[in-house]
Amino acid sequence: MTVHLLAELTVFVLALFVGLEVISRVPTMLHTPLMSATNAIHGIVLVGAILVAGAADAPFNAIVSFILVLLASLNVFGGYTVTERMLEMFRPKAPAPKAPADGTK
Amino acid sequence: MTVDTTAASWVDVAYLITAICFIFGLRYLSSPKTARLGNRISAVGMLIAVVATLSQGIVNWWVLGSALIVGAAIGIVSAQRVKMTAMPQMVAIFNGAGGGAAALVAAGELLKVFNANGTPTYDVSFTSVLSAVIGSISFAGSIIAFLKLQEVMTGRPITYPGQQIVNALVALVILVCWGLVVANVPNSLEFFWIALGASFVLGILFVLPIGGADMPVVISLLNSFTGLAAASTGFVLGNNVLIIAGALVGASGTLLTVLMGKAMNRSVTNVLFGAFGAIKTSTAAGGAKQQNVRSVSTDDVAAMLAYANQVIVVPGYGMAVAQAQHSIRELADQLEKRGIEVKYAIHPVAGRMPGHMNVLLAEANVPYTSLYDMDDINPEFERTDVALVVGANDVTNPAARSDKNSPIYGMPILDVDKAANVVVLKRSMNSGFAGIDNPLFDNPKTVMLFGDAKKSIDGVIAGLKAL
Repeated sequence: MTVHLLAELTVFVLALFVGLEVISRVPTMLHTPLMSATNAIHGIVLVGAILVAGAADAPFNAIVSFILVLLASLNVFGGYTVTERMLEMFRPKAPAPKAPADGTK
Repeated sequence: MTVDTTAASWVDVAYLITAICFIFGLRYLSSPKTARLGNRISAVGMLIAVVATLSQGIVNWWVLGSALIVGAAIGIVSAQRVKMTAMPQMVAIFNGAGGGAAALVAAGELLKVFNANGTPTYDVSFTSVLSAVIGSISFAGSIIAFLKLQEVMTGRPITYPGQQIVNALVALVILVCWGLVVANVPNSLEFFWIALGASFVLGILFVLPIGGADMPVVISLLNSFTGLAAASTGFVLGNNVLIIAGALVGASGTLLTVLMGKAMNRSVTNVLFGAFGAIKTSTAAGGAKQQNVRSVSTDDVAAMLAYANQVIVVPGYGMAVAQAQHSIRELADQLEKRGIEVKYAIHPVAGRMPGHMNVLLAEANVPYTSLYDMDDINPEFERTDVALVVGANDVTNPAARSDKNSPIYGMPILDVDKAANVVVLKRSMNSGFAGIDNPLFDNPKTVMLFGDAKKSIDGVIAGLKAL
């Protein structure tokens, strides 16, 4: 193992702990948006896809490169859009019409 | 050891900012009030990373630009059009796309080294096979999960004799090829492709025997896989933002997987290899022992609800199938007008993905303050006049508390049988997904309302209005 890889492993392990810490605070109510949000975040492979497919010495032919970037792009844009759509539905109280209904307690 | 004094490029600084954005994005998901802001911060982070990457000597603009635009268009349009009930499938597809991309990135990087007639370092060869294997499993597994959720193929476990042995053999092939690539034997690139292909096959084989009711576990696990594949790709490329983002997703997916397993009182291994729900699928449309069920009409249910003080709605996958969430919300409005308190009891594994019911009810404008987790709502049932079970079965099965022989014994359930009256909405008397008899239906306190959940609820609403 090189020093370089060890440094990266350190980053990985620390990020793992940060992840566990942050995510354990997400309420069960938001677990679907959480899945969807993390789904969008792993779309970060788009960075890798661009680096591999866009370089001058691209190892793949145009078709494979196209598919590669397309998959990653689908992941990113679809992931964020769907998360946004879900989250905008979560409201503390119904928006308007029936105001006085809560007089029971 | 020398100290590296090369100036850091601004691209690396951009990646650091991206990582911070992702962490804050997830941090803000801890409350529904800040969650949207969190998602946007995370999206801005993504934008920063992509722009920074695009600034680095891109040559193949045509391929790259067109793929980016087409991918974005498909992603955005399908994400906007998809029905909320189909959300688990959608998440599975995006997850698979990410996994597939990670596997291809790793393959590309390895190819680059070979094309330059070089020898990959052990670090690169080890991690690139790792990315390819996990990414490929995630890609194929997600496709099967999608097909099952979309009901293109049966949601029941698909089993055959010697299944575990076949899986073990495929896994062995992968491991051997992995070793050969790392050992850099002649033609090691061919072994890399074999490992990639075998992982694809393994992904298919491993999801096939997992039943629909266990999908929350599988979806979480596949999510975690794609995260780890992305992280591993980060090792291959020496890119920290991929490593950090991948680790965050891996942690999240793993945590959810464990939570879902706990909510079913089953180990993750049992979920993955137990083929739960395969048993007695054909036992004559179920219900052989259950003779004492009382079937009632929508008007009866309307009358029962009208004189209640507190009603708890218990939604399950049946609500999603019937798309009954809007009708339920309307029913709740009617009841609240009469001064009846309506609460919702959400079991952690109700539906096909973690939090599935919450999203559907949110879509129907049910305020999240009315939704209660299992532990918070269970003491409430004793004080409840009517528990309205809409398309949920196994998560309400009292046998999980009492019957040591029941396959779901020990699974934490919603104590609906403690309510004064129970109304169960069900399509027919067929047993639930797990194929287990539910003694709740025999309970003298229970009445059954058979039929499509949405139509039944609409009937109850009409009945209430007529009262």
